[in-house]
Amino acid sequence: MSTLLKLDQVETFIGQYHILQGVSFEVPKGEVTVLLGRNGAGKTTTLRTIMGLNQASKGSIQYKGGEIKGLATYSIANQGIGYVPEDQGIFADLTVEENIKVAVKKENDETRQRLDWILNLFPDLKKFWKKPGGLLSGGQKQMLAIARAYVNDNELLLIDEPSKGLAPIVVEKVMESIQQMKEKTTIILVEQNFMMASTIGDSFYIIDDGRTVSNGSMNILRDDEEMRRKYLGIA
Amino acid sequence: MDVLISLSLNGLATGMLIFLLAAGLTLIFGLMDVLNFAHGGLFAWGAYSGIWIYTSTGSFLIGIIGAIIAGMILGIVTERWIIKPVYGNHVQQILITLGLMLVLSEMLKVVWGPNQISATTPDYLSGSWEVGNVIIIKYRAFIIAVGFTVFLLVQFLLKKTKIGLVVRAGVMNKEMVQSLGINIQKVFMFVFMIGAGMAALGGMLLGPYSGVIYADMGMEFAILAFIVVVIGGMGSFSGSVMAAILVGLSGSFMAYYVPDLALAANMLLMAVVLIFRPQGLFGAKG
Repeated sequence: MSTLLKLDQVETFIGQYHILQGVSFEVPKGEVTVLLGRNGAGKTTTLRTIMGLNQASKGSIQYKGGEIKGLATYSIANQGIGYVPEDQGIFADLTVEENIKVAVKKENDETRQRLDWILNLFPDLKKFWKKPGGLLSGGQKQMLAIARAYVNDNELLLIDEPSKGLAPIVVEKVMESIQQMKEKTTIILVEQNFMMASTIGDSFYIIDDGRTVSNGSMNILRDDEEMRRKYLGIA
Repeated sequence: MDVLISLSLNGLATGMLIFLLAAGLTLIFGLMDVLNFAHGGLFAWGAYSGIWIYTSTGSFLIGIIGAIIAGMILGIVTERWIIKPVYGNHVQQILITLGLMLVLSEMLKVVWGPNQISATTPDYLSGSWEVGNVIIIKYRAFIIAVGFTVFLLVQFLLKKTKIGLVVRAGVMNKEMVQSLGINIQKVFMFVFMIGAGMAALGGMLLGPYSGVIYADMGMEFAILAFIVVVIGGMGSFSGSVMAAILVGLSGSFMAYYVPDLALAANMLLMAVVLIFRPQGLFGAKG
Protein backbone atom coordinates (compact mmCIF):
# COMPACT_ATOMS: atom_id res chain seq x y z
CA MET A 1 0.00 0.00 0.00
CA SER A 2 1.44 3.41 -0.95
CA THR A 3 2.38 6.00 1.62
CA LEU A 4 0.24 9.13 1.52
CA LEU A 5 1.98 11.12 4.26
CA LYS A 6 5.40 10.71 5.78
CA LEU A 7 6.88 12.61 8.71
CA ASP A 8 10.58 12.24 9.32
CA GLN A 9 12.18 13.50 12.54
CA VAL A 10 9.88 16.49 12.76
CA GLU A 11 10.65 19.03 15.46
CA THR A 12 8.41 21.94 16.45
CA PHE A 13 8.76 24.75 18.95
CA ILE A 14 5.83 26.67 20.39
CA GLY A 15 7.42 29.86 21.69
CA GLN A 16 10.43 28.68 23.66
CA TYR A 17 8.99 25.22 24.32
CA HIS A 18 10.40 22.35 22.31
CA ILE A 19 7.18 20.38 21.87
CA LEU A 20 7.98 17.93 19.07
CA GLN A 21 11.49 16.53 19.39
CA GLY A 22 11.51 13.92 16.67
CA VAL A 23 8.18 12.67 15.37
CA SER A 24 8.35 10.18 12.52
CA PHE A 25 5.57 8.13 11.01
CA GLU A 26 4.04 7.02 7.76
CA VAL A 27 0.38 7.01 6.83
CA PRO A 28 -0.58 4.36 4.28
CA LYS A 29 -3.25 5.35 1.81
CA GLY A 30 -6.73 4.08 2.63
CA GLU A 31 -6.00 3.32 6.28
CA VAL A 32 -6.78 4.88 9.64
CA THR A 33 -3.59 5.68 11.48
CA VAL A 34 -4.10 6.46 15.14
CA LEU A 35 -1.81 8.72 17.14
CA LEU A 36 -1.87 7.79 20.79
CA GLY A 37 -0.20 9.18 23.85
CA ARG A 38 -0.78 10.85 27.16
CA ASN A 39 -2.07 14.43 27.49
CA GLY A 40 0.64 16.86 26.48
CA ALA A 41 2.62 14.25 24.57
CA GLY A 42 2.48 16.28 21.35
CA LYS A 43 -0.33 14.65 19.36
CA THR A 44 -2.30 17.84 18.68
CA THR A 45 0.91 19.73 17.87
CA THR A 46 1.75 17.00 15.38
CA LEU A 47 -1.52 17.56 13.53
CA ARG A 48 -1.10 21.33 13.71
CA THR A 49 2.42 20.99 12.36
CA ILE A 50 1.21 18.90 9.43
CA MET A 51 -1.36 21.65 8.71
CA GLY A 52 1.28 24.37 8.97
CA LEU A 53 -0.48 26.01 11.91
CA ASN A 54 2.71 25.43 13.87
CA GLN A 55 5.85 25.52 11.79
CA ALA A 56 8.26 22.61 12.01
CA SER A 57 11.81 23.78 12.71
CA LYS A 58 13.45 20.56 11.56
CA GLY A 59 12.62 17.38 9.73
CA SER A 60 10.52 16.64 6.71
CA ILE A 61 6.79 16.32 6.03
CA GLN A 62 6.03 14.71 2.69
CA TYR A 63 2.53 14.46 1.27
CA LYS A 64 2.11 12.36 -1.85
CA GLY A 65 5.86 12.50 -2.25
CA GLY A 66 6.17 16.30 -2.15
CA GLU A 67 7.52 18.37 0.73
CA ILE A 68 4.82 20.41 2.48
CA LYS A 69 6.88 21.65 5.42
CA GLY A 70 7.04 25.43 5.32
CA LEU A 71 3.99 25.86 3.10
CA ALA A 72 1.16 28.14 4.17
CA THR A 73 -1.77 26.41 5.86
CA TYR A 74 -4.21 27.21 3.06
CA SER A 75 -1.82 25.76 0.52
CA ILE A 76 -1.49 22.54 2.52
CA ALA A 77 -5.28 22.30 2.87
CA ASN A 78 -5.69 22.82 -0.87
CA GLN A 79 -3.53 19.80 -1.57
CA GLY A 80 -6.39 17.71 -0.23
CA ILE A 81 -5.97 17.63 3.53
CA GLY A 82 -9.02 18.23 5.73
CA TYR A 83 -8.64 19.14 9.40
CA VAL A 84 -11.01 18.66 12.32
CA PRO A 85 -9.37 20.48 15.25
CA GLU A 86 -9.69 19.48 18.87
CA ASP A 87 -11.96 22.45 19.59
CA GLN A 88 -13.93 21.74 16.40
CA GLY A 89 -13.32 25.27 15.06
CA ILE A 90 -17.00 25.97 14.45
CA PHE A 91 -17.85 29.51 13.33
CA ALA A 92 -20.28 30.25 16.12
CA ASP A 93 -22.26 33.06 14.46
CA LEU A 94 -22.56 31.32 11.11
CA THR A 95 -25.41 28.89 10.53
CA VAL A 96 -24.77 25.22 9.95
CA GLU A 97 -25.38 25.86 6.25
CA GLU A 98 -22.87 28.74 6.20
CA ASN A 99 -20.29 26.69 8.12
CA ILE A 100 -20.48 24.10 5.37
CA LYS A 101 -20.68 26.65 2.57
CA VAL A 102 -17.54 28.47 3.65
CA ALA A 103 -15.65 25.18 3.43
CA VAL A 104 -16.87 24.12 -0.02
CA LYS A 105 -14.13 24.56 -2.61
CA LYS A 106 -16.01 23.45 -5.72
CA GLU A 107 -19.76 23.51 -6.06
CA ASN A 108 -20.35 20.52 -8.30
CA ASP A 109 -22.36 17.29 -8.34
CA GLU A 110 -19.66 15.39 -6.53
CA THR A 111 -19.65 17.91 -3.68
CA ARG A 112 -23.44 17.78 -3.50
CA GLN A 113 -23.32 13.99 -3.33
CA ARG A 114 -20.77 14.09 -0.56
CA LEU A 115 -22.88 16.63 1.31
CA ASP A 116 -26.01 14.51 0.92
CA TRP A 117 -24.11 11.50 2.15
CA ILE A 118 -22.78 13.25 5.24
CA LEU A 119 -26.14 14.86 6.01
CA ASN A 120 -27.79 11.46 5.88
CA LEU A 121 -25.17 10.28 8.29
CA PHE A 122 -25.81 13.26 10.59
CA PRO A 123 -29.52 14.11 10.25
CA ASP A 124 -29.18 16.59 13.14
CA LEU A 125 -27.23 18.90 10.84
CA LYS A 126 -30.11 18.91 8.36
CA LYS A 127 -32.54 19.58 11.21
CA PHE A 128 -30.56 22.58 12.45
CA TRP A 129 -29.47 23.76 8.98
CA LYS A 130 -30.36 27.40 9.62
CA LYS A 131 -29.28 27.46 13.27
CA PRO A 132 -26.06 29.24 14.32
CA GLY A 133 -23.22 26.79 14.86
CA GLY A 134 -22.59 28.22 18.32
CA LEU A 135 -25.99 27.02 19.52
CA LEU A 136 -25.39 23.37 18.65
CA SER A 137 -24.64 20.76 21.31
CA GLY A 138 -21.06 19.47 21.67
CA GLY A 139 -21.90 16.36 19.66
CA GLN A 140 -23.60 18.30 16.89
CA LYS A 141 -20.62 20.64 16.68
CA GLN A 142 -18.35 17.62 16.27
CA MET A 143 -20.60 16.31 13.51
CA LEU A 144 -20.51 19.68 11.79
CA ALA A 145 -16.72 19.85 12.05
CA ILE A 146 -16.41 16.38 10.51
CA ALA A 147 -18.95 17.21 7.79
CA ARG A 148 -17.06 20.39 6.93
CA ALA A 149 -13.80 18.49 6.51
CA TYR A 150 -15.46 15.73 4.53
CA VAL A 151 -17.53 17.84 2.13
CA ASN A 152 -14.52 18.47 -0.11
CA ASP A 153 -12.77 15.70 -1.92
CA ASN A 154 -9.94 15.50 0.62
CA GLU A 155 -7.65 12.51 0.36
CA LEU A 156 -6.53 12.82 3.95
CA LEU A 157 -8.46 13.82 7.06
CA LEU A 158 -6.77 14.81 10.30
CA ILE A 159 -9.23 14.34 13.15
CA ASP A 160 -8.23 15.48 16.62
CA GLU A 161 -9.95 13.82 19.58
CA PRO A 162 -13.45 13.56 18.14
CA SER A 163 -14.80 11.84 21.26
CA LYS A 164 -13.57 14.49 23.69
CA GLY A 165 -16.28 15.67 26.08
CA LEU A 166 -19.07 13.80 24.29
CA ALA A 167 -21.71 11.55 25.80
CA PRO A 168 -21.17 7.82 25.08
CA ILE A 169 -24.14 7.64 22.71
CA VAL A 170 -22.77 10.56 20.68
CA VAL A 171 -19.30 8.99 20.67
CA GLU A 172 -20.87 5.90 19.10
CA LYS A 173 -22.44 8.02 16.39
CA VAL A 174 -19.19 9.84 15.64
CA MET A 175 -17.32 6.54 15.64
CA GLU A 176 -19.81 5.08 13.20
CA SER A 177 -19.35 8.05 10.89
CA ILE A 178 -15.56 7.73 10.91
CA GLN A 179 -15.93 4.00 10.27
CA GLN A 180 -17.95 4.78 7.17
CA MET A 181 -15.62 7.57 6.03
CA LYS A 182 -12.60 5.32 6.29
CA GLU A 183 -13.89 3.40 3.28
CA LYS A 184 -13.56 6.54 1.19
CA THR A 185 -10.59 8.46 2.61
CA THR A 186 -7.36 8.12 4.57
CA ILE A 187 -7.53 9.29 8.17
CA ILE A 188 -5.12 10.28 10.92
CA LEU A 189 -6.97 10.05 14.19
CA VAL A 190 -5.76 11.48 17.47
CA GLU A 191 -7.77 9.79 20.17
CA GLN A 192 -7.57 9.28 23.93
CA ASN A 193 -10.51 6.90 23.97
CA PHE A 194 -8.69 3.62 23.43
CA MET A 195 -11.87 1.66 22.78
CA MET A 196 -12.73 4.00 19.92
CA ALA A 197 -9.17 4.14 18.60
CA SER A 198 -8.76 0.39 18.64
CA THR A 199 -12.10 -0.20 16.93
CA ILE A 200 -11.44 2.23 14.07
CA GLY A 201 -7.67 2.19 13.71
CA ASP A 202 -5.61 -0.02 11.44
CA SER A 203 -2.24 1.00 12.78
CA PHE A 204 -0.95 3.12 15.63
CA TYR A 205 1.93 5.35 16.62
CA ILE A 206 2.55 6.29 20.22
CA ILE A 207 3.95 9.73 20.87
CA ASP A 208 5.62 10.34 24.20
CA ASP A 209 7.37 13.57 25.20
CA GLY A 210 7.29 14.79 21.61
CA ARG A 211 8.79 11.65 20.08
CA THR A 212 7.30 8.64 18.36
CA VAL A 213 8.27 5.77 20.61
CA SER A 214 6.34 2.84 19.28
CA ASN A 215 4.21 1.74 16.39
CA GLY A 216 2.57 -1.25 14.81
CA SER A 217 -0.72 -2.78 13.88
CA MET A 218 -3.61 -1.95 16.19
CA ASN A 219 -3.98 -5.68 16.97
CA ILE A 220 -0.55 -5.65 18.59
CA LEU A 221 -1.51 -2.85 20.95
CA ARG A 222 -4.80 -4.49 21.80
CA ASP A 223 -2.86 -7.52 23.03
CA ASP A 224 0.03 -5.68 24.67
CA GLU A 225 -1.17 -4.64 28.10
CA GLU A 226 2.27 -3.57 29.27
CA MET A 227 2.73 -1.12 26.40
CA ARG A 228 -0.73 0.36 27.00
CA ARG A 229 0.07 0.81 30.68
CA LYS A 230 3.50 2.29 30.01
CA TYR A 231 2.59 4.86 27.41
CA LEU A 232 -1.13 5.38 27.71
CA GLY A 233 -1.69 4.80 31.40
CA ILE A 234 -4.44 2.26 30.73
CA ALA A 235 -4.63 -1.47 31.23
CA MET B 1 -40.66 69.59 16.27
CA ASP B 2 -38.99 71.28 13.29
CA VAL B 3 -35.85 71.80 15.34
CA LEU B 4 -35.87 68.14 16.37
CA ILE B 5 -36.11 67.00 12.76
CA SER B 6 -33.36 69.39 11.65
CA LEU B 7 -31.09 68.29 14.50
CA SER B 8 -31.80 64.65 13.70
CA LEU B 9 -30.87 65.15 10.06
CA ASN B 10 -27.66 66.93 11.06
CA GLY B 11 -26.86 64.17 13.50
CA LEU B 12 -27.60 61.47 10.94
CA ALA B 13 -25.38 63.12 8.33
CA THR B 14 -22.48 63.44 10.78
CA GLY B 15 -23.16 59.91 11.98
CA MET B 16 -22.91 58.57 8.43
CA LEU B 17 -19.55 60.29 7.90
CA ILE B 18 -18.25 58.77 11.12
CA PHE B 19 -19.73 55.42 10.10
CA LEU B 20 -17.78 55.44 6.82
CA LEU B 21 -14.60 55.81 8.82
CA ALA B 22 -15.53 53.51 11.71
CA ALA B 23 -16.88 50.63 9.61
CA GLY B 24 -13.50 49.92 8.05
CA LEU B 25 -11.79 50.33 11.38
CA THR B 26 -14.05 47.79 13.08
CA LEU B 27 -13.82 45.27 10.21
CA ILE B 28 -10.04 45.54 10.18
CA PHE B 29 -9.90 45.09 13.94
CA GLY B 30 -12.37 42.19 13.92
CA LEU B 31 -10.67 40.27 11.14
CA MET B 32 -7.06 41.20 11.48
CA ASP B 33 -6.84 42.07 15.17
CA VAL B 34 -5.19 45.32 14.13
CA LEU B 35 -6.06 48.61 15.75
CA ASN B 36 -5.20 50.87 12.85
CA PHE B 37 -4.49 54.36 14.17
CA ALA B 38 -3.55 55.43 10.65
CA HIS B 39 -7.12 54.95 9.41
CA GLY B 40 -7.85 58.64 9.90
CA GLY B 41 -4.96 59.40 7.57
CA LEU B 42 -6.72 57.48 4.80
CA PHE B 43 -9.83 59.56 5.52
CA ALA B 44 -7.84 62.79 5.13
CA TRP B 45 -6.07 61.54 2.01
CA GLY B 46 -9.44 60.65 0.52
CA ALA B 47 -10.61 64.19 1.22
CA TYR B 48 -7.57 65.86 -0.31
CA SER B 49 -7.23 63.65 -3.38
CA GLY B 50 -11.00 63.68 -4.00
CA ILE B 51 -11.37 67.43 -3.64
CA TRP B 52 -8.29 67.98 -5.81
CA ILE B 53 -9.73 65.76 -8.57
CA TYR B 54 -13.14 67.41 -8.16
CA THR B 55 -11.61 70.87 -8.45
CA SER B 56 -9.43 69.88 -11.40
CA THR B 57 -12.13 68.09 -13.40
CA GLY B 58 -15.18 69.98 -12.21
CA SER B 59 -16.95 66.66 -11.67
CA PHE B 60 -17.96 65.81 -8.11
CA LEU B 61 -18.67 62.21 -9.11
CA ILE B 62 -15.19 61.74 -10.60
CA GLY B 63 -13.83 63.30 -7.40
CA ILE B 64 -15.67 60.70 -5.33
CA ILE B 65 -14.45 57.83 -7.51
CA GLY B 66 -10.92 59.22 -7.42
CA ALA B 67 -11.01 59.52 -3.64
CA ILE B 68 -12.15 55.92 -3.26
CA ILE B 69 -9.47 54.64 -5.64
CA ALA B 70 -6.77 56.71 -3.93
CA GLY B 71 -7.92 55.42 -0.54
CA MET B 72 -7.91 51.82 -1.74
CA ILE B 73 -4.42 52.08 -3.24
CA LEU B 74 -3.11 53.72 -0.08
CA GLY B 75 -4.88 51.04 1.95
CA ILE B 76 -3.24 48.21 0.03
CA VAL B 77 0.19 49.84 0.34
CA THR B 78 -0.37 50.39 4.07
CA GLU B 79 -1.49 46.81 4.67
CA ARG B 80 1.21 45.13 2.58
CA TRP B 81 4.26 47.14 3.60
CA ILE B 82 3.48 48.78 6.91
CA ILE B 83 1.04 46.62 8.85
CA LYS B 84 1.73 43.10 7.54
CA PRO B 85 5.18 42.91 9.15
CA VAL B 86 3.70 43.64 12.58
CA TYR B 87 0.69 41.29 12.59
CA GLY B 88 0.23 39.77 16.02
CA ASN B 89 2.24 42.43 17.84
CA HIS B 90 -0.11 45.04 19.29
CA VAL B 91 2.56 47.32 20.70
CA GLN B 92 4.36 47.53 17.35
CA GLN B 93 1.01 48.02 15.59
CA ILE B 94 0.11 50.99 17.78
CA LEU B 95 3.52 52.59 17.32
CA ILE B 96 3.74 52.04 13.58
CA THR B 97 0.15 53.09 12.78
CA LEU B 98 0.39 56.17 15.01
CA GLY B 99 3.63 57.04 13.24
CA LEU B 100 2.00 56.45 9.88
CA MET B 101 -0.91 58.70 10.86
CA LEU B 102 1.55 61.53 11.50
CA VAL B 103 3.44 60.84 8.27
CA LEU B 104 0.21 60.79 6.24
CA SER B 105 -0.93 64.10 7.76
CA GLU B 106 2.42 65.75 7.18
CA MET B 107 2.60 64.41 3.63
CA LEU B 108 -0.68 66.19 2.91
CA LYS B 109 0.98 69.46 3.92
CA VAL B 110 3.97 68.65 1.69
CA VAL B 111 1.78 67.95 -1.35
CA TRP B 112 -1.03 70.48 -0.88
CA GLY B 113 0.50 73.01 1.51
CA PRO B 114 -0.13 73.68 5.20
CA ASN B 115 -3.25 75.81 4.81
CA GLN B 116 -6.76 74.48 4.82
CA ILE B 117 -8.42 74.11 1.44
CA SER B 118 -11.97 75.15 0.73
CA ALA B 119 -14.37 72.62 -0.70
CA THR B 120 -17.61 73.61 -2.34
CA THR B 121 -20.81 71.70 -2.78
CA PRO B 122 -21.66 70.91 -6.41
CA ASP B 123 -24.55 72.99 -7.75
CA TYR B 124 -26.95 70.09 -8.00
CA LEU B 125 -26.42 69.26 -4.32
CA SER B 126 -26.53 72.86 -3.08
CA GLY B 127 -29.54 74.48 -1.47
CA SER B 128 -32.34 72.88 0.41
CA TRP B 129 -35.86 71.56 0.25
CA GLU B 130 -38.67 72.85 2.40
CA VAL B 131 -41.01 70.22 3.68
CA GLY B 132 -43.62 72.04 5.76
CA ASN B 133 -41.63 74.09 8.18
CA VAL B 134 -38.63 71.80 8.02
CA ILE B 135 -35.65 72.78 5.90
CA ILE B 136 -33.75 69.81 4.55
CA ILE B 137 -30.28 70.67 3.30
CA LYS B 138 -29.72 68.68 0.11
CA TYR B 139 -26.09 67.84 0.75
CA ARG B 140 -26.89 66.42 4.20
CA ALA B 141 -29.63 64.27 2.72
CA PHE B 142 -27.12 63.14 0.10
CA ILE B 143 -24.59 62.12 2.77
CA ILE B 144 -27.28 60.19 4.64
CA ALA B 145 -28.33 58.45 1.42
CA VAL B 146 -24.73 57.58 0.52
CA GLY B 147 -24.05 56.33 4.06
CA PHE B 148 -27.08 54.05 4.07
CA THR B 149 -26.33 52.83 0.55
CA VAL B 150 -22.79 51.92 1.54
CA PHE B 151 -24.11 50.21 4.66
CA LEU B 152 -26.56 48.14 2.58
CA LEU B 153 -23.91 47.28 -0.02
CA VAL B 154 -21.44 46.12 2.62
CA GLN B 155 -24.19 44.19 4.40
CA PHE B 156 -25.02 42.51 1.10
CA LEU B 157 -21.35 41.75 0.57
CA LEU B 158 -20.99 40.29 4.05
CA LYS B 159 -24.23 38.32 4.15
CA LYS B 160 -24.83 37.22 0.59
CA THR B 161 -21.47 36.57 -1.01
CA LYS B 162 -18.82 33.92 -0.49
CA ILE B 163 -16.10 36.50 0.21
CA GLY B 164 -18.39 38.06 2.83
CA LEU B 165 -18.93 34.67 4.38
CA VAL B 166 -15.17 34.16 4.51
CA VAL B 167 -14.70 37.58 6.15
CA ARG B 168 -17.33 36.80 8.79
CA ALA B 169 -15.77 33.40 9.41
CA GLY B 170 -12.31 35.00 9.55
CA VAL B 171 -13.45 37.43 12.23
CA MET B 172 -14.37 34.41 14.37
CA ASN B 173 -11.53 32.01 13.67
CA LYS B 174 -8.69 32.86 11.29
CA GLU B 175 -6.84 29.57 11.77
CA MET B 176 -9.87 27.55 10.81
CA VAL B 177 -10.46 29.63 7.71
CA GLN B 178 -6.91 28.91 6.60
CA SER B 179 -7.33 25.23 7.42
CA LEU B 180 -10.24 25.20 4.96
CA GLY B 181 -7.86 26.20 2.16
CA ILE B 182 -8.55 29.92 2.11
CA ASN B 183 -5.70 32.40 1.78
CA ILE B 184 -6.46 34.70 4.70
CA GLN B 185 -3.80 37.19 3.60
CA LYS B 186 -5.78 37.94 0.47
CA VAL B 187 -8.92 38.36 2.58
CA PHE B 188 -7.01 40.74 4.88
CA MET B 189 -5.96 42.82 1.90
CA PHE B 190 -9.48 42.87 0.49
CA VAL B 191 -10.98 44.03 3.81
CA PHE B 192 -8.29 46.63 4.27
CA MET B 193 -8.91 47.90 0.76
CA ILE B 194 -12.69 48.12 1.33
CA GLY B 195 -12.18 49.81 4.71
CA ALA B 196 -9.72 52.30 3.24
CA GLY B 197 -12.04 53.05 0.32
CA MET B 198 -14.91 53.74 2.71
CA ALA B 199 -12.74 56.00 4.85
CA ALA B 200 -11.60 57.93 1.79
CA LEU B 201 -15.21 58.30 0.64
CA GLY B 202 -16.09 59.67 4.08
CA GLY B 203 -13.25 62.18 3.90
CA MET B 204 -14.29 63.31 0.43
CA LEU B 205 -17.90 63.78 1.50
CA LEU B 206 -16.84 65.73 4.57
CA GLY B 207 -15.16 68.40 2.42
CA PRO B 208 -18.27 70.13 1.03
CA TYR B 209 -20.13 69.35 4.30
CA SER B 210 -17.74 71.36 6.45
CA GLY B 211 -16.61 73.71 3.65
CA VAL B 212 -12.91 73.12 4.27
CA ILE B 213 -10.44 70.31 4.52
CA TYR B 214 -7.26 70.34 6.56
CA ALA B 215 -4.43 67.95 7.26
CA ASP B 216 -5.42 67.15 10.85
CA MET B 217 -9.03 66.30 10.02
CA GLY B 218 -8.13 62.61 9.95
CA MET B 219 -7.00 62.56 13.56
CA GLU B 220 -10.08 64.48 14.74
CA PHE B 221 -12.51 62.15 13.03
CA ALA B 222 -10.49 59.06 13.93
CA ILE B 223 -11.11 59.80 17.62
CA LEU B 224 -14.86 59.84 16.98
CA ALA B 225 -14.53 56.68 14.91
CA PHE B 226 -12.69 54.91 17.74
CA ILE B 227 -15.45 55.93 20.14
CA VAL B 228 -17.97 54.48 17.69
CA VAL B 229 -16.03 51.23 17.34
CA VAL B 230 -15.90 50.82 21.12
CA ILE B 231 -19.59 51.67 21.60
CA GLY B 232 -20.72 49.48 18.71
CA GLY B 233 -18.55 46.56 19.75
CA MET B 234 -15.10 45.97 18.31
CA GLY B 235 -15.43 43.94 15.13
CA SER B 236 -19.18 44.46 14.76
CA PHE B 237 -20.16 46.05 11.45
CA SER B 238 -23.83 46.49 12.39
CA GLY B 239 -22.70 47.88 15.72
CA SER B 240 -20.58 50.50 13.98
CA VAL B 241 -23.53 51.96 12.05
CA MET B 242 -25.79 52.04 15.10
CA ALA B 243 -23.09 53.60 17.28
CA ALA B 244 -22.17 56.12 14.58
CA ILE B 245 -25.77 57.27 14.35
CA LEU B 246 -25.93 57.44 18.15
CA VAL B 247 -22.74 59.49 18.33
CA GLY B 248 -23.85 61.73 15.46
CA LEU B 249 -27.24 62.39 17.04
CA SER B 250 -25.84 62.92 20.51
CA GLY B 251 -23.29 65.40 19.11
CA SER B 252 -25.97 67.27 17.19
CA PHE B 253 -28.46 67.51 20.08
CA MET B 254 -25.88 68.29 22.72
CA ALA B 255 -24.36 71.04 20.56
CA TYR B 256 -27.80 72.65 20.36
CA TYR B 257 -29.11 72.14 23.88
CA VAL B 258 -25.98 71.89 26.04
CA PRO B 259 -23.14 73.25 23.88
CA ASP B 260 -20.65 73.20 26.76
CA LEU B 261 -21.04 69.44 27.03
CA ALA B 262 -20.98 68.71 23.29
CA LEU B 263 -17.40 67.48 23.23
CA ALA B 264 -17.67 65.52 26.46
CA ALA B 265 -20.97 63.86 25.49
CA ASN B 266 -19.43 61.18 23.27
CA MET B 267 -16.81 60.31 25.87
CA LEU B 268 -19.54 60.06 28.51
CA LEU B 269 -21.60 57.89 26.19
CA MET B 270 -18.63 55.60 25.66
CA ALA B 271 -17.94 55.45 29.41
CA VAL B 272 -21.57 54.53 30.16
CA VAL B 273 -21.56 51.78 27.52
CA LEU B 274 -18.24 50.42 28.81
CA ILE B 275 -19.54 50.32 32.39
CA PHE B 276 -22.76 48.47 31.58
CA ARG B 277 -21.71 46.52 28.49
CA PRO B 278 -17.91 46.31 28.20
CA GLN B 279 -18.07 44.38 24.92
CA GLY B 280 -20.01 47.25 23.31
CA LEU B 281 -23.64 47.32 22.21
CA PHE B 282 -23.27 44.67 19.50
CA GLY B 283 -19.95 43.05 20.35
CA ALA B 284 -19.50 39.44 21.34
CA LYS B 285 -18.38 38.75 24.89
CA GLY B 286 -14.62 38.32 24.93
